[in-house]
Amino acid sequence: MPEQVVTHQGSRETLSFYAVGVLFLIVVPLLNVLPAEDSWLHISDFRLNQFGKFLAFAILALGLDLIWGYCGVLSMGQGVFFGFGAYCMGMYLSLQIGKESVYGSDLPDFMVWTQVKELPLFWYPFKSFLGGFLGAILVPVLFATIFGFLAFRSRIKGVYFAIITQALAFAAWLVFNRNETRLGGTNGLTDFKQLLGFRLSDPSTQRGLYILTVLALAASYMLCRWIIASRAGNVLIAIRDSESRVTFSGYTPWMYKLFVFVVAAGLAGLSGMLYVPQVGIITPAQIGVLPSLEVVIWVAVGGRGTLIGAILGAVAVNYGRSVLTNYFPEAWPFILGGLFVIVVTMFPDGLVGMIRKLSERKKPHRPLIKAEGSTAA
Amino acid sequence: MSLARIPRELLVLVVFLLSALGLCLQSALAADKAGDTASTVVSSSNPIEQALLDVKSEDAVVRGKAVALLIEKGDASLIPKLDEIRAEADRAVRQAIKPVIDLLKNHANLTSEQPDTRRSAAADLVGTGRPEAITWLEEAAAKEQVWWVKYTMEESARLIQLRSEDQGVRLVAAKKLGDLKSQNGLSALKEFVEAGAQSGATNEQRALADAAQVSIGQIDSWYWWASAIETMFRGVSLSSILLIMSLGLAVVFGLMGVINMAHGELMMIGAYATFVTQQAFIGWFSPDVFDWYFPVALPIAFLSAALFGWVLEATVIRFLYGRLLETLLATWGVSLILMQAARVYFGDLTAVIAPQALRGGAQVMVGVYLPYNRIFIIILSIICVLGIYFLLFRSNLGIRVRSVTQNRNMSACLGIPTRKVDSYTFAFASGLAGIAGWALTMVGNVDPGLGQNYIVDAFMVVVTGGVGKLAGAIWASLGIGGLNKLIEPVSGAVYGKVFILVGVILFLQWRPQGLYAAKGRNADA
Amino acid sequence: MTDRDLILNCENVVVDYDGFKALNNCNFSVYYNELRVVIGPNGAGKTTLLDVICGKTKPTSGKVIFDKGINLVGKNAEDITKLGVGRKFQAPSIYSNLSVWQNLDLSVKRASKGVFSTLMGRSSPTERERIDETLETIGLSDHVHDRAGSLSHGQKQWLEIGMVILQDPSLLLVDEPVAGMSDKETEQTGRLLTALSEKQAIVVIEHDMDFVRQIARIVTVLAEGTVICEGTVETVQANDRVREIYLGRAKVAH
Repeated sequence: MPEQVVTHQGSRETLSFYAVGVLFLIVVPLLNVLPAEDSWLHISDFRLNQFGKFLAFAILALGLDLIWGYCGVLSMGQGVFFGFGAYCMGMYLSLQIGKESVYGSDLPDFMVWTQVKELPLFWYPFKSFLGGFLGAILVPVLFATIFGFLAFRSRIKGVYFAIITQALAFAAWLVFNRNETRLGGTNGLTDFKQLLGFRLSDPSTQRGLYILTVLALAASYMLCRWIIASRAGNVLIAIRDSESRVTFSGYTPWMYKLFVFVVAAGLAGLSGMLYVPQVGIITPAQIGVLPSLEVVIWVAVGGRGTLIGAILGAVAVNYGRSVLTNYFPEAWPFILGGLFVIVVTMFPDGLVGMIRKLSERKKPHRPLIKAEGSTAA
Repeated sequence: MSLARIPRELLVLVVFLLSALGLCLQSALAADKAGDTASTVVSSSNPIEQALLDVKSEDAVVRGKAVALLIEKGDASLIPKLDEIRAEADRAVRQAIKPVIDLLKNHANLTSEQPDTRRSAAADLVGTGRPEAITWLEEAAAKEQVWWVKYTMEESARLIQLRSEDQGVRLVAAKKLGDLKSQNGLSALKEFVEAGAQSGATNEQRALADAAQVSIGQIDSWYWWASAIETMFRGVSLSSILLIMSLGLAVVFGLMGVINMAHGELMMIGAYATFVTQQAFIGWFSPDVFDWYFPVALPIAFLSAALFGWVLEATVIRFLYGRLLETLLATWGVSLILMQAARVYFGDLTAVIAPQALRGGAQVMVGVYLPYNRIFIIILSIICVLGIYFLLFRSNLGIRVRSVTQNRNMSACLGIPTRKVDSYTFAFASGLAGIAGWALTMVGNVDPGLGQNYIVDAFMVVVTGGVGKLAGAIWASLGIGGLNKLIEPVSGAVYGKVFILVGVILFLQWRPQGLYAAKGRNADA
Repeated sequence: MTDRDLILNCENVVVDYDGFKALNNCNFSVYYNELRVVIGPNGAGKTTLLDVICGKTKPTSGKVIFDKGINLVGKNAEDITKLGVGRKFQAPSIYSNLSVWQNLDLSVKRASKGVFSTLMGRSSPTERERIDETLETIGLSDHVHDRAGSLSHGQKQWLEIGMVILQDPSLLLVDEPVAGMSDKETEQTGRLLTALSEKQAIVVIEHDMDFVRQIARIVTVLAEGTVICEGTVETVQANDRVREIYLGRAKVAH
């Protein structure tokens, strides 16, 4: 019996999407508010906030899955776009601190230390929320457009692209660490107080942010699904399977890659924007080579080439990390490294692949991504 | 960490004790001689004895005369006595005696056995500004064999002469300093120029300013060249570091289609192997043979990295052939594990003591100083390139390796054990990383982040050079290393790296496959 | 016939790979609605010739004039495709992780293949009809929703031919279409190509002489990067140089 291609509008998937959406959007916040604190049903403020962070990461993972899982282009620099989004929002939040800062200056604290007397010009747009919000999306999008244009148009492919993006992450990390870029140097931006007048320390604000994150994730998921279900989505998969055939069918692959790279960058920016007010700090350590690669492992663990996999992977790996670093702080790099090796060599389809395999046990195994002939290299 | 510290401190202690012993002996002998003269000439009419007494006088004039006499007639044998006096004296006397001691010491050191000691004594004498020192320096220079020491002596003499009262002496000194291309003379010469440019300047001052101006011109143009040469050397030395690292990468990438992100950590293994060898020498062998640890560490570094590479190939890589991106990810995982393992086991910072032969450097010409460790790495990288070339293109093994690269199935049919060739190639490339790590201990610390510091640059080299040709790696590392050192003084190290990234991206616009792209019908494979 | 009847005219094409001349002053022309077969020993430059025409390989020198005087040299592959040159590769080149329908749907000739029109676009009824027709032609109607990667080798070859047909090319370049096909499949392919040549010009590279005899009217023999002979199968087989260079070595006996 030949294999059939699963269409993405499967009603089961839609149903489970709504079910999970309702669970996260309504049930989880209610469990935070309603049950007594000692009840086993109660979700603490800390947990809720942490979960919000994971879901913000899931948006980042969705973007990478779009470009890597579907289109086969591995970007090892997603952390940079995440960082752009996070820093834009962080700059807005820093300017909202106002007189509450340690030095009581209108300028952010780090500028007082580094003896910056006046607000640098590029900080001005971030005085308004709109500036922060738009910046968090547009800066990564713009940057990705330029970078992607240069890279894809000249047909930098496969590992070459991966290495170039890694160098980008490295360079961005170096630059953000500098004091003269006026972004807080190694210490980054922190000590935020309020967002649009809501106190960030207030649990209800954090609850609101959590709900916003769930909504943003749902919207991102639907956007990605819409792209994947369209003919353009098929072109993306086609590029992964046989780029030259796509060319000889009259498409220009690099434009599609650029498009999906830019969408991924926008999602990364959105993710960073949601991350900052929930976590309360953004530093260059969040945007370097390693954080960018961690995104790759989330998607790989969840199952690349499936949107659910990206979300699942981001939440699962981060949850695992938060638990494990508590008990064995030194062990995490071992586990992360081990995950890389094991998932890549033994479970190329990740968690989703395993679940599918279990549920279709009687049918022959069908990999989500089949490497036939040469790969995306 | 603590292990590394102890031997160094011990070493310092030993050196200190030995030199102290030497000094004691010397002064003891000198004291004997002094005793002899004292017994023959009898009583206090010895001027030096008198001066030693006068130095303690409260009268500044008496003290001054005594100091002048001591400087003129005295020698190093007086130092212990002077030290004694100084220890008991008040502040004014101590200040008077200090330059005497310095001068006598430096005077004595001008005839030391060690060229470096002679040179620094000559340099130190400038600070005293005493005209007596000029004759000492000139006498010492006449006998000096080492050109760089001789140069410093002459330069110091001229520098002191610049402060002379005599216009003629100053003019000659200013001119000579120009001939010597003395960078140390620049500031004094510039002062002359400024003095000559003032409205109330005398003719003498103007003449001196003119002479100084000419000399400054000479010196500046010389140093432009010297710094150009030094920059070039630094560029070449960075290039050779990059090359030595990217060779192994290029071999596995070009020949096996594997991107090895753990390459940096294989270098780290080589570096730690060197470190462990050093500790073993410190622990088990006599300090006399300490320097031998370095050559001994070479095969150890190579073999331990190669062994690890062999294991890595057998357990991970071999399941991933033909899937470049997957090899990249899996080896990244391995690199994380290795890095953390090193951090847990060795701690954060350890260093290797360079063997005597690689410490210091060569002053090849005025203004150009080339550290030995850098020269060593340049030579090593050349040897490595030649070695790889002969192995790949002039040996049977190389033919096998290349045939497997070009057509695996055909090679298998011809009876070439392709699996073995794979694992040996990978192990060999890993061994190369080990050698790179061994060499890198000479230019930096050994720490768990060692691989990460260089790996991005090394990959830039591979990407820019293109796959499959050694020449690509060579040219790309020369280009990137050279450019880096050229930009660095202008923009600082961080922005230098950013510029390099931008440069590489722009370069790939022009040549997407790097300098040496694979051509022909398999180009897209 | 005159030059005006030529859909393709390659003039003095040279492809130089570091000293190895894959094509050496190759002159090759094809008329409208012609089915041309190109034969030649391994390494004669047959595939390179098709690569040059469809823009996959840039020639070192020479001209490739297509249709009404358009020089294809220097144009990129997707533009050449849009001008109406279709290419079927030697190894089946299809999208393994898409369904047969999706494979065909992507290949249909459309006014715009840019990102946004593709993002918004839905297949029109006429397009669907054409895809259904093509499915019929290539015999894959029963496999519409199968993953293309799970098809048999022959079916993949046919799928790719179907994809190229849907591009509506005026010149179709086909590289060894029957390699790995059963006799029955081979014959069907031959009939398909013959039928297609009613409407478009086709260049086929083939080794299988039975198949060549089945479809060929004019055969071009390529060796060492140049055309050495052109004519009917019989003329070509009678040619001494062809015997010497090509037929002497290959399985011509039958």
